[in-house]
Amino acid sequence: MDRGGSAQPLLLARDLRKHFPIAGGLLGRATRVVRAVDDLSLSVEKGETLGVVGESGCGKSTVARLLMRLIKPDRGTMVLDGDPVDQPHGITVNELRRQVQMVFQDSYASLNPRLTIVETLAFAPKAHGLPSAEARARSRDLLAKVGLDPVHFADRYPHELSGGQRQRVNIARALALRPRLVILDEAVSALDKSVEAQVLNMLADLKSEFGLTYVFISHDLNVVQYLSDRVMVMYLGKIVEIGPVDAIYSDPQHPYTRALLSARPSMDPRKRTREAPIQGDPPNPIDPPSGCRFRTRCPFAEGVCAKAEPLLTDTGAQEVACHMRIKGSGHTRAP
Amino acid sequence: MAIQSPSLDLGGGAGVRATPAAQVRGYWQQVGRRLRRDPVTLVCAVVLLLIVASALAAPWLGLADPYKTSMIRRLYPVGSPNHLLGTDELGRDMLSRLIHGGRLSLFMGVTPVVCALLIGGLLGITAGFMGGRVNMLIMRIMDVFYAFPSVLLAISLSGAMGAGAENTLLSLTLVFIPPICRVSESVTTQVRGFDFVEAARASGAGTLAIVRVHVLGNVLGPILVYATSLISVAIILAAGLSFLGLGVKPPEPEWGLMLNTLRQAIYVNPLLAALPGVMIFLTSICFNLMSDGLRAAMDVKA
Repeated sequence: MDRGGSAQPLLLARDLRKHFPIAGGLLGRATRVVRAVDDLSLSVEKGETLGVVGESGCGKSTVARLLMRLIKPDRGTMVLDGDPVDQPHGITVNELRRQVQMVFQDSYASLNPRLTIVETLAFAPKAHGLPSAEARARSRDLLAKVGLDPVHFADRYPHELSGGQRQRVNIARALALRPRLVILDEAVSALDKSVEAQVLNMLADLKSEFGLTYVFISHDLNVVQYLSDRVMVMYLGKIVEIGPVDAIYSDPQHPYTRALLSARPSMDPRKRTREAPIQGDPPNPIDPPSGCRFRTRCPFAEGVCAKAEPLLTDTGAQEVACHMRIKGSGHTRAP
Repeated sequence: MAIQSPSLDLGGGAGVRATPAAQVRGYWQQVGRRLRRDPVTLVCAVVLLLIVASALAAPWLGLADPYKTSMIRRLYPVGSPNHLLGTDELGRDMLSRLIHGGRLSLFMGVTPVVCALLIGGLLGITAGFMGGRVNMLIMRIMDVFYAFPSVLLAISLSGAMGAGAENTLLSLTLVFIPPICRVSESVTTQVRGFDFVEAARASGAGTLAIVRVHVLGNVLGPILVYATSLISVAIILAAGLSFLGLGVKPPEPEWGLMLNTLRQAIYVNPLLAALPGVMIFLTSICFNLMSDGLRAAMDVKA
């Protein structure tokens, strides 16, 4: 399975862009666009967990769907373990989907209400040519792997399961094709805390057992910290900061990351947040601010922030897209 | 199809709930169980079954010849000896004609709906699943047909093609394709948006496999329920066309045509003249109530 060696990133995405047209005017012509993901590049190393955080609407889910090719990017390239995707000499989108799978947030909507659990799990292997009996046997094995007794659960329907059990089924389905990369799009966000903890531990076990790589998308900073090796912070379709989890959580460089981290709930009453770190909602992605997209809510914004867009810059431990960290950017706080 | 929020479900995740095997049932078993508990639907089903069975078995029921006229036995009232439901304006036995008439009337009601279900369902599911330009093309063509009132469309089509049973069937089929197509399109569009279809696409399965396994099972129910409700409309429309002289030609027994010819007797024997109407009413209301019951039974939630 491993083709490029351990130094070759499992998945490389370069300059991914997705703008959703908004129909308007006469004859439904696209008059404006939502810039959901704008020229975003990222790499996922083999065996790591890449956490993706950001407010709702910042393009996290669009990134997930782009990586799975559930939506077609307007531009940009993807390379899976050295093989370009959807290129003349590369692999097809279908081959990508065999190796990259996804778990959705809504555990109920992502299961067909008319199929039993084992039918749902066996669908993808059968579609890829596995004989029916074998596909069912594999499905029952997977059920056991995600902690559901196949004797009790194989022939049930989704509505007979609890939320946590359904999400375990969804995880089993994502593993049915023996993928290398699993994208978890808010996969535990809808579960209550005790169930969430169980599922997170199970995800960690499955990762080591099957040698998986995760892209873990969540708005829950504590969960991301617990599970991730690296963290990517998104704001309005752009990466503002990316780096190892310890560096990001102990020494956040971007004012947005700092605001996010100070806004998270703490068990320690002495660390209670006294004032809102940032005000207001993110600006409309239809018409994002010029230059740095965060400048409208940034307490340190200056003239240069409106003029030039800050590029991701290596600051040692992590990469940050902020003029305050770019040498000679013109910002008064720049080094 | 309601989506239940999983966050409401506070049951334990890992804990295996010991449930007796009897509780594990399929969807259609649940629907059947609900139907059996619904008295209105059951009664309607029995009445319809009687009408359909008697119509099918009409030649072997030992009834009077529905075509045999008699100048002396005209317009006998309901309850006459030998003629339980009286005789019509040409002295033909009403009971026999009503039962024989069911053959044509039911045929004219069910056939166009079945044909329209095949064509309209296929078009609608295609439009709903493909979306985009395909959807636009199919649905705008349907809208053209939709712009005409259905009765007017049926009358004008029948009128243009000439009277006769075949042309009535054809025009009724054309009338029913747009509404079935529209219902199919809207439920398919809805189902296509669910995460489980997205997950099936993410698994790299082909379009046909996704439609067969994940879409059809979830859209056929609502489409069939809607089609059942159209049968009553089809029976009434077919009867209406015959009444106007655009459908079945005399002396065939058919409820709409019988209603038309008995018009002259309405002052002499109003009860007799109303009998074919009663049959139309009975059949169509039974189909309607049954489709309501079916819809309620199929609306299975968690």
